[in-house]
Amino acid sequence: MQGNDDMNQMKTADAAVPEEARGLDIHAHADVSNYETTGDPLLDNPKMSARNVNVYYGEKHAIMDVSLDIGGNEVIAMIGPSGCGKSTFLRCLNRMNDTIPICRVKGDIQLDGEDIYHSRQDTVLLRARVGMVFQKPNPFPKSIYENVAYGPRIHGLAHNKIEMDEIVENSLRRASLWEEVKDVLDKPGTGLSGGQQQRLCIARAIAVSPEVILMDEPCSALDPIATARIEELIDELKERFTIAIVTHSMQQAARVSQRTAYFHLGKLIEVGQTKQIFTNPQHELTENYITGRFG
Amino acid sequence: MQTSTVILVLFALCCVSFAVGRFRSRAVGQQAGGIHLLHSLPHHYGYLSAMIAALPALLVLLVWMLLEGRFIEGRVIAGLPADVQALSESRLGLYYNQIIAYAAGGIDASTLSEPQLAAAEQYNALKSESGWLKLALVVVVAVTGSLLVLGRIKPDLRARNHVENIWTWMLFGCSFIAVLTTLGIVLSVLFEAVRFFRLIPATDFLFGLQWSPQIAIRADQVGASGSFGFIPLLVGTLLISFVAMLIAVPVGLMSAIYLSEYASKQFRAITKPILEILAGVPTVVYGFFAALTVAPFIRELGESLGLTVASESALAAGLVMGIMIIPFVMSLSDDIINAVPDSMREASLGLGATMNETIRKVLIPAALPGIVGGILLAVSRAIGETMIVVMAAGLSAKLTVNPLEAVTTITVQIVTLLVGDQEFDSPKTLAAFALGLVLFFVTLLLNVVALYVVRRYREQYE
Ligand SMILES: Nc1ncnc2c1ncn2[C@@H]1O[C@H](COP(=O)(O)OP(=O)(O)OP(=O)(O)O)[C@@H](O)[C@H]1O
Ligand SMILES: [Mg+2]
Repeated sequence: MQGNDDMNQMKTADAAVPEEARGLDIHAHADVSNYETTGDPLLDNPKMSARNVNVYYGEKHAIMDVSLDIGGNEVIAMIGPSGCGKSTFLRCLNRMNDTIPICRVKGDIQLDGEDIYHSRQDTVLLRARVGMVFQKPNPFPKSIYENVAYGPRIHGLAHNKIEMDEIVENSLRRASLWEEVKDVLDKPGTGLSGGQQQRLCIARAIAVSPEVILMDEPCSALDPIATARIEELIDELKERFTIAIVTHSMQQAARVSQRTAYFHLGKLIEVGQTKQIFTNPQHELTENYITGRFG
Repeated sequence: MQTSTVILVLFALCCVSFAVGRFRSRAVGQQAGGIHLLHSLPHHYGYLSAMIAALPALLVLLVWMLLEGRFIEGRVIAGLPADVQALSESRLGLYYNQIIAYAAGGIDASTLSEPQLAAAEQYNALKSESGWLKLALVVVVAVTGSLLVLGRIKPDLRARNHVENIWTWMLFGCSFIAVLTTLGIVLSVLFEAVRFFRLIPATDFLFGLQWSPQIAIRADQVGASGSFGFIPLLVGTLLISFVAMLIAVPVGLMSAIYLSEYASKQFRAITKPILEILAGVPTVVYGFFAALTVAPFIRELGESLGLTVASESALAAGLVMGIMIIPFVMSLSDDIINAVPDSMREASLGLGATMNETIRKVLIPAALPGIVGGILLAVSRAIGETMIVVMAAGLSAKLTVNPLEAVTTITVQIVTLLVGDQEFDSPKTLAAFALGLVLFFVTLLLNVVALYVVRRYREQYE
């Protein structure tokens, strides 16, 4: 594994695993496996950093020793064949995996240098800072207004109706949905079209002003026009947010992201600048995938 | 010839009809140049001929059975001596019943008169004749139906569509029967209640504050005036149901939430069936638990606090009724909360909501229609519950909203009105029907209200 030096320099809050043991682990891992991360998964000043993350669903080892940094205000795309663990890794970043009883997460994940799996970490605050948009649009069966206001309300972000109206309007504007729904705010969010629903979910996510937004195949249920709008949106959102997006569309990854990570069977195979990954992949598996030889 | 035998024969005929239909359609298909030329699959032709054989035959059987008794009765009575025929209708009925009872082997020959014995013989002869005729008729109808279909099997016979149509009509028929019987019950209660209201003015019944249905059994009895004001019963019913729901709804709902959202899979898999068994314990068992354990306990507790508590109290009955209903509310609510899609939970948790907020603001609203439906069923059970109240709350129709006193309910009064020897047209007996009617309207009203609540507040998820 490359970037070992960087890693040793990192002063992580993870005291449970001594540095040497971790180093040993990596080598043992490299011995049994043909794959190791190509390219540099680490950044200088990361927004989020994951180190030696292993995830198990019961007996199943779903993520194997993945280390990856996500920089501030960047869009990082995660690609790879179905079942390779993209969603699982993404869900580790805001501890959504906690909701799955059989899921165990090992390793060290930090947000702004703080261990998010620390026992004192409050998942409520974490998820307010690291929001999520799901594959299938899942608006609440409430009005459009209430959908957006839900997050700010539970976090007490607005002190009165005027402030709340402002938050709702701003979020809907930033999700470029405002013009379409400003007259029907009291209609149920479930009555919108699929693309509108997904933009509503994005508005709902940004209404709590997160720092990172995780998107798990946000366009897989949408038509090309709606997809294009969401991609534009992601481009605008990266001014303010850090975005990690899982996608099955290579074109989408190429269009919206600055960096791309390629996963395969639970391992992070290659990371690099998006342009480089798509024009000059270093690893054979990556090359096979993006040239369509499998996946 | 027993009816069950006839039905068995008919069933056998249907099987044969099915087999022949299938076989014949194959043959016809092959003749036309291949089975694929048939409009439907061979077994559709089989089903069609079986259905056409069975349904008209069943109908004939039903009609025959309905008319058989009357027809035989007419024939037997026509054969009786003239002086017997001249008897009044009810005496004649009694006379005829003896004949039937003897014919069925129920009573001894010594108790019957000569003409009755002869008539019984005739009755038996007619009965067996009718049995054979019935069988013959059913077989003829079934075979005719079957042959009609078999004769028409051609490649362009749309058997599949016909089978589907017949099937739909059969389903419709069954639901129609359910509706019809309910309607019949309501109407019969309504008619008897109208008879009651001819004797006692409806205003006395609906607004009267006193219930003491003591009617003279003989005309010369003293103190024989009854009062039929049903308000005390209504208040008693609502009071006990209210106490019961006060226990059952919070406990049931919260345990449902615990089971569906917090409990581990194993815990749920064990607990739920156990609680569902609890829901099946006969209410009479809860009844003596209420009367022997809970009521004395409440009285002692009350006395130690300086309160006067009747030995049979609405509180005891309501409490136990609530306990009885908990598993019911819990099981229904648990199913409904579980049915809310996981994507709703993820959406809420992903925004940083706690489990508690997620349950209160997302899951409960989304599950509301079902939960209200479940609670409504529970209320209907509480209102209709009789045994516990008889044993734990007493019979005295006192108009009070104090749960520490003894009260009585509508259902309990229906029971006490109808047990014992009463004439069937005395106001006391008829009052039971009036109470039944009121009970029906109370539950109807509850349903309408609940429907309104659900329409108004529901949040529909996809
Ligand atoms: N809740 C779960 N319980 C058990 N195993 C799971 C669970 N979720 C995922 N897995 C397993 O973990 C592995 C990774 O799944 P994951 O959903 O992360 O894949 P993915 O890369 O997102 O795939 P896709 O592109 O199809 O969404 C799979 O082999 C899957 O079988
Ligand atoms: Mg996935």
